[in-house]
Amino acid sequence: MQDIEIADLRRLTEVIKEQYDYDFSNYAMSSFKRRIQRILELYKIHTIDMLIKKIREDKSFFGDFITEITVNVTEMFRDPSFWRELREHVIPNILLNHQTISIWHAGCSSGEEVFSMNIMLKEMGIMDKAKIIATDIDKVILEKAKAGQYPIKNMELNEKNYIRFQGKTTLSDYYKEVNGKAMLDKSLLQNVSFREHDLVNGNIFNKFDLVLCRNVMIYFNQTLQNVVLKKLHESLFKYGYLIIGSKESLIWCEIANKFIVVNNEEKFYKKIKD
Amino acid sequence: MGRFNLSNQYKAIVIGGSAGSFQGIVKILSGLPENFELPIIMCLHRLKHVRNGFVEALSIKSIKPVVEPYDKENIKMGKVYLAPANYHMSCELGNSFSLSTEDMINNSRPSIDVTLESAAYVYKNKLIGILLSGANRDGAMGMKRIKDRGGLTLIQDPAECMMDTMPTAAAKLTEIDYSLKIDEIIEFLREVNKVSKG
Repeated sequence: MQDIEIADLRRLTEVIKEQYDYDFSNYAMSSFKRRIQRILELYKIHTIDMLIKKIREDKSFFGDFITEITVNVTEMFRDPSFWRELREHVIPNILLNHQTISIWHAGCSSGEEVFSMNIMLKEMGIMDKAKIIATDIDKVILEKAKAGQYPIKNMELNEKNYIRFQGKTTLSDYYKEVNGKAMLDKSLLQNVSFREHDLVNGNIFNKFDLVLCRNVMIYFNQTLQNVVLKKLHESLFKYGYLIIGSKESLIWCEIANKFIVVNNEEKFYKKIKD
Repeated sequence: MGRFNLSNQYKAIVIGGSAGSFQGIVKILSGLPENFELPIIMCLHRLKHVRNGFVEALSIKSIKPVVEPYDKENIKMGKVYLAPANYHMSCELGNSFSLSTEDMINNSRPSIDVTLESAAYVYKNKLIGILLSGANRDGAMGMKRIKDRGGLTLIQDPAECMMDTMPTAAAKLTEIDYSLKIDEIIEFLREVNKVSKG
């Protein structure tokens, strides 16, 4: 297949912005280009012009487009050492000064991280102290998160991560196998509210003690990372924690001086200035 | 004039490797001149869930430390980079890296095709692509993209490879400029360095 050129991507993002008010113009070019390539192959669309035409004319297709453009590959307890650090230091630290704890999963995808969080909190005996909001740009993936059903083949990796996290029991205590799917225990979502939210264009809607935004901003360029980081900063209480992916960094962002690094290996940052 | 009759157009080197490539990579990294100028961007298949150890093992004998870049880190002259565990690593216009957690490609994350294709897009005819020993077909499409955009393609001589599937697959898909043994690859890179320094 013909390689996509940058001018093509620009034309596409302009049409989307104009018609649907989603702005992909500052997404990281390399991955955005691969996602577009993937959509062209998936829907057997041969040129960018045909894709633009379809997006213009078919509103329901645009919903599918959003689903396909976002990357929804995730694991339960991804980076087990990170989860151990969260359990052993960060959460106890927040609870030193707070009766309750408010958590935002920004870009929650299919919800594996939300379930991981509540499994951890439940094992710590403090799930009732936590209020969780989980957001994503993609409606369809939010429904998947709410359903809490994952292909059983994924559970092998999830279980391995859980063992390395040194959880109290076994992961299979939290799900039932039904028709080749792992159905997660729904009571693990009783303190969670899911909502549609676009980090790029969306408003600041609340303040939190803990914001997790792991491996989300890697799909943005630096300009957009700066914009989003300002929003995450504003959404944190002073002395709240921001957590990003293990290979992301705040070093070159404009508001780096408003955070201190609590743990560089696992990427815990603490907001120290408003 | 050197054996390979190279021009000074090159700005970066990408290397892909999988099963059986570790010894070769170590030999290359220890055999380069210390003033090697072009950035070396490596994507090697590795265990997905072992974050530490690999970069240290590669650095022991290397002429310079091997770095696993952060997302959006700038690609600098004279540095050696390695795709981190469980992330795809791409080059961006403006010479920085992007990481991604997209699906595995060719059963791999990091995938060599991802690194090579994105580098071809950024560096065009200023890129040298090197593909070493490996037991699957990852990297073949990436080598084709490099060739299509005017870059130079080099594979490890299949006769020397512990697993020759990977370089052979690339040779089937696109034109390969050189097929060389590890010692010759070092000689080649030494000549690249001489020429690029003028």
